[in-house]
Amino acid sequence: MELGKREIMAKRAAEELHHGDIVNLGIGIPTLVANFIPDNIRIVIHSENGFLGIGSSPILGEEDPDLVNAGGFPVTLIPGGSYFDSLLSFSIVRGGHLDITILGALEVSEEGDLANWIVPGKLVPGMGGGMDLAEKAKRTIVLTTHTDKKGKPKIVKKCSLPLTAQRCVDLIITDMAVLKVEKEGLILKEIAESSTVEEVIQATDARIIVSSDLKVIKGL
Amino acid sequence: MIKTSIEAFLKERVFMEEDLNIFDKIKTLDQALEYITDGCTLMYGGFGGVGTSPLLIEGIIKKGVRDLYLIGNDGGFPDVGIGRVICNGQAKRLTATHIGSNPIAGKLMNEGKLEVEFVPQGTFAERVRAGGAGIGGVLIDVGIGTKVEEGKTKIDFKGRKYIIEEPLTADVGIIFAKKADPFGNLVYSKSARNFQPLVAMASKVTIVHALEIVELGELDPEEIITPGIFVDVIVTGQGGEWKWNWEKER
Repeated sequence: MELGKREIMAKRAAEELHHGDIVNLGIGIPTLVANFIPDNIRIVIHSENGFLGIGSSPILGEEDPDLVNAGGFPVTLIPGGSYFDSLLSFSIVRGGHLDITILGALEVSEEGDLANWIVPGKLVPGMGGGMDLAEKAKRTIVLTTHTDKKGKPKIVKKCSLPLTAQRCVDLIITDMAVLKVEKEGLILKEIAESSTVEEVIQATDARIIVSSDLKVIKGL
Repeated sequence: MIKTSIEAFLKERVFMEEDLNIFDKIKTLDQALEYITDGCTLMYGGFGGVGTSPLLIEGIIKKGVRDLYLIGNDGGFPDVGIGRVICNGQAKRLTATHIGSNPIAGKLMNEGKLEVEFVPQGTFAERVRAGGAGIGGVLIDVGIGTKVEEGKTKIDFKGRKYIIEEPLTADVGIIFAKKADPFGNLVYSKSARNFQPLVAMASKVTIVHALEIVELGELDPEEIITPGIFVDVIVTGQGGEWKWNWEKER
């Protein structure tokens, strides 16, 4: 059941992509987005470790140890793909040449601040390319569960964890809702079929403005 | 001419009509390891171990040098890449963009046994480039309003706030290439290129482990990624190979 939800979330995120977009997908649920790109659009997926054009997973036994994604898993290169070094890879990101990044989150604030790189004393992964991506992609979409494993809201008034970037998030897609970050606050644009507006408000530690045009995400 | 046994290559060279080691850069592993000493600053190519030389990592572990200051993208995995050196307790300090794939590095950090500086990956690349390119620092706004700006000089420049990020250099750099010629011109393989060209520029002594050494002129000049000017020592051979995580899962 959990897997089903993750896939529907990834499918919903894929709807945000447009033909010709240069996209970076974070580790976790964001990686699944690649499986739901509609047939009528072509996007180019950027990999931090130095290439444009991530293709499908290789056939078992045909993996190339030198061709892996940023998470270390073997991938393939699409026709038209290219390799480059890390300096160029991050010139793409920092230079604002990336259309969309889809990232996971530990916390997102109502102003669009993102925290996803460290829980002091507990989880010490480091930011990797996350700060560059969140700060510099033209659009930053967060794809995450609405609450953490203990049911604590991930969407908050102000992040308590060290920030990845300030005011960088444009859209939040969760297993309960789709929220747009606007100047006036978080706009509840879409709601999962299995959730009520009250439940979303309950599970969110920030002010929510319910859109007059609230849509339902089927199957979620 | 392709040589996989460098010992044989060096032994043969006196008999060769034309000296293929004309730049004297091709060395044995032991000769190369002489540059890596206790307390030195060691920069390494690789991303999650992809593009980190198994041969040189094995050599560093066998030599047992200590108190290294390591500079590289990540902490590898416990049994892959630079992670092997960290887990062997040979490092006292690390500058990296993340160590999530090496829980032992995180443990050593929390226990105060390993000093870790985290740098955003794009900033890391620019700092290494600055070190290699003779640039005194770079202005970067990634990290403003986060822990990254703590303790660093910030300036307002043309209406925007920037962190002044300092260059990174090293005593020795270890990199991994698909092919090298005797001058040290290099070509890499796919995503194993990553930080190699930058490490080559920013290290006082750059040691490349090339899977293959080819004759001068054999590499197409248009395809050379790192010109040999940045390479001091060339080694080749097998050893220290690890299993990737995805191989273990299979």
